[in-house]
Amino acid sequence: MQYSGFKVFLEGLRGNKGWTPAWREPDPKSEYDVIIIGAGGHGLSTAYYLTKVFGVKNVAVLEKGWLGSGNIGRNTTIIRSNYMLPGNELFYEFSLKLWEGLEQDFNYNAMISQRSILNLFHSDSQRDVFVRRANAMILAGADAELADEEQLRRELPFLDFYNARFPIKGGLYQRRGGTVRHDAVAWGYARGADRNGVDIIQNCEVTGFHIENGICKGVQTIKGAIGGKKVAVCVAGSSGRVMAMAGMRLPIESHVLQAFVSEGLKPTLPGVITFGAGHFYVSQSDKGGLVFGGDLDGYNSYAQRGNLPVVEDVAEGGMAIMPMIGRARLLRSWGGIMDMSMDGSPFIDKTDIKGLYFNGGWCYGGFKATPASGYCYAHLLAKDEPHPVATEMRLDRFKRGHLIDEKGQGNQPNLH
Amino acid sequence: MSDQSHRIAGGLIDRSETLEFTFNGTPMHGYLGDTLASALLANGQKLVGRSFKYHRPRGIFSAGPEEPNALVQLRSGAQQEPNTRATVAELFDGLTATSQNHLGSLEFDFMSITDLLAPFLSTGFYYKTFMWPAAFWEKIYEPIIRSSAGLGRLSMEADPDTYDKGFLHCDLLIIGAGPSGLAAALAAGASGLRVILADEDFSVGGRLNSESYKIDGVSGSSWAKQALAELKSMDKVRVMNRTTVYGAYDHGIFGALERRTDHQKTSFGKPRQVLWRIYSKRSLLTTGATERPIAFGNNDRPGIMLAGAVRSYVNRFGVTPGKQVTIFTNNDDGWRTATDLVAKGVKVTAVIDARNKSASTPITGAEIILGDQIIDTAGRKGLRSITLKSGKVIQTDCLAVSGGWNPNVHLTCHQRGKPEWNSDILAFVPGGILPTGMKIAGAANGKLGLSTGMVDAVAVAQKIVQDLGQRPASYDIPTSEDEPQSGGAIWHVKDSKKRAWVDLQNDVTVKDIQLSYQEGFRSVEHLKRYTTLGMATDQGKTSNIAGLAIMAECSGKTIPETGTTIFRPPYTPIPIGALAGRARGKHFRPYRLTPSHKWAEENGATFVETGNWLRAQWFARPGEKGWRDSVDREVAMTRASVGICDVTTLGKIDIQGKDVAEFLNHVYTNAFLKLPIGKVRYGLMLREDGVAYDDGTTARLAENHFVMTTTTANAVLVFRRLEFARQCLWPGLDIHMISTTDAWAQFAVAGPNSRKLLSKIVDAPFDMSNEAFPFMACSELTICSGTPARLFRISFSGEIAYEIAVPAKYGNSMMGALMTAGQEFDAVPYGTEALGVMRIEKGHAAGNELNGQTTALNLGLGGFISKKKDCIGKTLSQRPELNRDDAIRLVGFKPVKSDDLLLAGSHFITRDEEANMANDQGWMSSVAYSPTLGHSIGLGFIKKGHQRMGEIIRVVNPSRGVEIEAEIVSPHFYDPEGGLQRG
Amino acid sequence: MIINHPLLGPRDASEFVYLGDESLINRPDPNSEDADDRFYEYGYLRDNPAGDLRELWYHEQGDRSWLVVTRNTLTHEITSVEMARDVAKAKGRDK
Repeated sequence: MQYSGFKVFLEGLRGNKGWTPAWREPDPKSEYDVIIIGAGGHGLSTAYYLTKVFGVKNVAVLEKGWLGSGNIGRNTTIIRSNYMLPGNELFYEFSLKLWEGLEQDFNYNAMISQRSILNLFHSDSQRDVFVRRANAMILAGADAELADEEQLRRELPFLDFYNARFPIKGGLYQRRGGTVRHDAVAWGYARGADRNGVDIIQNCEVTGFHIENGICKGVQTIKGAIGGKKVAVCVAGSSGRVMAMAGMRLPIESHVLQAFVSEGLKPTLPGVITFGAGHFYVSQSDKGGLVFGGDLDGYNSYAQRGNLPVVEDVAEGGMAIMPMIGRARLLRSWGGIMDMSMDGSPFIDKTDIKGLYFNGGWCYGGFKATPASGYCYAHLLAKDEPHPVATEMRLDRFKRGHLIDEKGQGNQPNLH
Repeated sequence: MSDQSHRIAGGLIDRSETLEFTFNGTPMHGYLGDTLASALLANGQKLVGRSFKYHRPRGIFSAGPEEPNALVQLRSGAQQEPNTRATVAELFDGLTATSQNHLGSLEFDFMSITDLLAPFLSTGFYYKTFMWPAAFWEKIYEPIIRSSAGLGRLSMEADPDTYDKGFLHCDLLIIGAGPSGLAAALAAGASGLRVILADEDFSVGGRLNSESYKIDGVSGSSWAKQALAELKSMDKVRVMNRTTVYGAYDHGIFGALERRTDHQKTSFGKPRQVLWRIYSKRSLLTTGATERPIAFGNNDRPGIMLAGAVRSYVNRFGVTPGKQVTIFTNNDDGWRTATDLVAKGVKVTAVIDARNKSASTPITGAEIILGDQIIDTAGRKGLRSITLKSGKVIQTDCLAVSGGWNPNVHLTCHQRGKPEWNSDILAFVPGGILPTGMKIAGAANGKLGLSTGMVDAVAVAQKIVQDLGQRPASYDIPTSEDEPQSGGAIWHVKDSKKRAWVDLQNDVTVKDIQLSYQEGFRSVEHLKRYTTLGMATDQGKTSNIAGLAIMAECSGKTIPETGTTIFRPPYTPIPIGALAGRARGKHFRPYRLTPSHKWAEENGATFVETGNWLRAQWFARPGEKGWRDSVDREVAMTRASVGICDVTTLGKIDIQGKDVAEFLNHVYTNAFLKLPIGKVRYGLMLREDGVAYDDGTTARLAENHFVMTTTTANAVLVFRRLEFARQCLWPGLDIHMISTTDAWAQFAVAGPNSRKLLSKIVDAPFDMSNEAFPFMACSELTICSGTPARLFRISFSGEIAYEIAVPAKYGNSMMGALMTAGQEFDAVPYGTEALGVMRIEKGHAAGNELNGQTTALNLGLGGFISKKKDCIGKTLSQRPELNRDDAIRLVGFKPVKSDDLLLAGSHFITRDEEANMANDQGWMSSVAYSPTLGHSIGLGFIKKGHQRMGEIIRVVNPSRGVEIEAEIVSPHFYDPEGGLQRG
Repeated sequence: MIINHPLLGPRDASEFVYLGDESLINRPDPNSEDADDRFYEYGYLRDNPAGDLRELWYHEQGDRSWLVVTRNTLTHEITSVEMARDVAKAKGRDK
């Protein structure tokens, strides 16, 4: 079924009786060409591009819970390509370009809203780093704009320019950055993949890999064994648990990141704003809630919840730059489990086990990568070689000494 | 409506205290003990707001925190408080409230056109349209959606109130001061436990204040008062009203918000609210239950309320929400509303029980209708009539609906506990993993009867007393009745053809849920996310279970098979200002001031934030037109004679023990075993991953006594890592260390006259001569007639230079003493800018270069990694890709045209290549205008830089729209041989 | 969270700084033949268990002890707290 305004109008006239399920609920077949583990954003987009762009036909996505239940359903919805290092920036800019045509491509309104992202800076040396980053972005074909304090006073008069502990000296804008209705991305990809014949099998937890002589031949699931010529793991947040079933240790730790939303408010913020002297970033959803977050709780965790010190730290960051949110109320907080990698950058790669592929390590930045991650993973699965913008996202890079460390924090995952 | 038109006799309000307030500008009054909602009802104000999506007229629905409809904007100006639930807002004299989410007036909302368009705005419609043309989303569609969405408005002014934080500890935290909570607190308190009893309401008693039950022969509210008095007489019991326990966190820690001045017109300078962190050994949840409605056609009109809420208004507030009240119930409890209304003399028009069984009580004057259901209602801005399935129409201005009660399990889910279905009471009760130490009792635990609940609560409390190793004191459980509780499961009226609301605030109807199922959104989470059910400010307190039940009906499964719904913190919304407390504005983070801060203030310093430190950036003199004038002068005068700078912020670590030298050998790349006493050595540290981490100097003051300095930024981190190395990696070494950053004030004294200056203040017989105290010497000594000090002959500027340290308490006078001694040499104080200029002239790496991404090789410090010994980071620094032939190297840059300014953050591109990422050669890390050389200079990293001296390179800065050419030169612009500093 | 410090008793976790897996104590022998591989594994690979994890916390706002805390990563329950120095010595690192 093709969605359109006209279709909505027609269905409205006939009592909305004609809408059909957005996806099927198939039983698993005994064998697939590609089995993707994880119907999160990345898994679903992988299935979508694998069938749409790379012509692979016989594909299944296996999901432990409900589709979209991974971090695609628990993030703070920001898209951007404001990275500095070539190993990242070209990839994220490719992703942003895919976002820009995505809704028409998969015929689903994901409310991609390029209302800008602004990173504030508060010192000269921070400005120098942002200038370096802005230039890297422009050299990679992305957009970047430096704003001085005067411009920000005009554009964002509610920021604290008068009484700030760390005065705002300026900011780095990426006007093409913004937000997306996160669940709709999962649904749009799922519906698109389903329409291309992908079997999305929900409530189908994988319990083991079928590996023979170093070759992966399929998976065991709670719905029985399923054969697969290629098995593509795509379960960021649970990577450690799933890959342990294949006997692999990863350069990844699982950490909890909390996210917060306020009660609905009339338009308050124009775009995404991040604090440069504390842990706070915020945007406003189309429904009116301020969606915000800050730093990781900092300890390894698989529990999808955090603790009070970070809740308060984030609120302090918010009040430090925009004290007009003091009387807005926090409505809901939750935690997502991040694959925190050793240099803060992800992996899209083959493993040493033939037929077993890995996509993970997205830290807290996986959402914006959703289209490119799926596209590049599909490329790797279809052609057995990395997509040109994902050549550095290899598992063996630490052994070689090739680091993609944007923050310069080294091999301590909770600092990235 | 006339003033107090709906006020009736009785209630717990104080009629001697009249409180004036306005709603949408209309003056009204109420009494002490009213909520805004009860006062509005008393004044006959039925219409109080508009719904989120369809802008439907809405009235007051509940009498508690579960309220979905009656959200108002409270107060005005900077204190404007959007989305305030009128049902929990305590009335105060001078309160102003306005309705929200309408275009035009509350009565005539232009946005209510969306209600007429509802067929085209079915659930999820926006995912299917607004896609063409693509550019229209941000420009047309989204702004319309955004301005019609949202609810209340922020003032956009800084919150003028203050908020405090506090910490409390107890043996037992009891959450909810209803009958169960009070009984449990009495039992636990009598046994000697340290108890905190918290309740969100301003008066304790919970439902007792709203019901007509008797306990021990007196009214429930009187019993609650007595219980409160008794609890207050117990030393170890703390009763906290107006306190919402909003979240359950790990290891028995709870977040609670106490509202201190929200019931007053102003805060009078006191904190508005206090955010408590409560550390409890055990907790007991006695949060009662929330009534749930039944969905039927047009069930959202003003005047349709929860039956228990009607009892609250009648019994507690002395207000009747209607003059002709009808009751629609599927359970025995609904009948109680009729009984109470009749007792208060309010006309009950009809009681409709969806079951065929009536309760035994006769209801005077009311028509009793059994086995029938409501299918529609009429009355746009206030209920006028209802229509039954049988076709009967009943004129009524208030409909009390009861669909049974759901235990308040909210806090039991905060650690991902999953409520379990209890088919006896047709509701979810606490289940799964509960927060550490938490027990649940009373209605919250599914024990819905009053007496049953209190007996349960006392038993659980006494069990807790035992668990904590105390002997439970005997406690006589008060006698009370157990009301009949049977009910039938009716979630919505199936025969109703009209839209029937499940989530009132977000406008989610029964049909929306059915459509969600039809379109494949069938798991509970899909249902929530696709329809927005339960996502409004009430978080689905009255709608989640019905939504689940309707989904179960669609799929033909049972409710527990369909799923469960879990809640996340906070229990009710918490102001962000309260969560931040005092950490805002200038108090966001503490200031660290250097020891000479006062002197610097008195001498015209401009300060700059460096981390939490505030440092002098430059010292402007009269006549100087801008910061460059001051900085250029400070550099020139230092290089010409002598300059003084407070460098206390550098990390200082005092290390003592027999094995310090060996330890330093592990943590520094270069050798320290043979550092002689009285000497200082530069040291480089790597992270274990081989990347450069920090640098500084370490001085050996005595055989077993060393003093290390670190960079300002890494002072804390280096100390942490050294402790790790000491305790975890080499625990056998004899070393002790302490951070002395704040204990010693330290000043750089630099320039050709620095020795002469210092010679004036050191006590005899200390010999300052170059022979006796050469470059890289150190010593303990006394100065200014007996002040203990440490002197290090080290140079960051490239001049003859010293750093002198004195105990921090002497820091400010030390600065004065140095300046006085330096008067004859025209000594100048210099700030961080001049410090930076001189270090760039000298080619020293600092934070911009040691940025965590660069190796010793990149920094030109490869030679500092000793080949003879291991150190932290050595092995991994040898990985092949960190040692590529084309690795970046730190070099100097000088503009080809001497007027051009170099800018930090620029990238390097060769002259014949296109400027793009593939051709990116590196970046400029630090720049300065060198007053010494008379042009701009820069330090930067460029591929193979050390082999490219003299090459002209493009310095591109597209973000600033600038590109210039520069020559690659040695990073050591000033005195590259290093002769000066040794002189 | 609350960490029951072996010397100081129960302290709020916010007084501590987290590092990671206790295995970071096991710094490999730089002179071993396969030092490159062993340092790579030491520096980069983690068990990252969903369950009990022995991990390093530093009492920065306290007595500066490094502790080895055994904590369940699914429930956050802490079952033991030891002085890291004792753990390191028991592993023979003082030899």
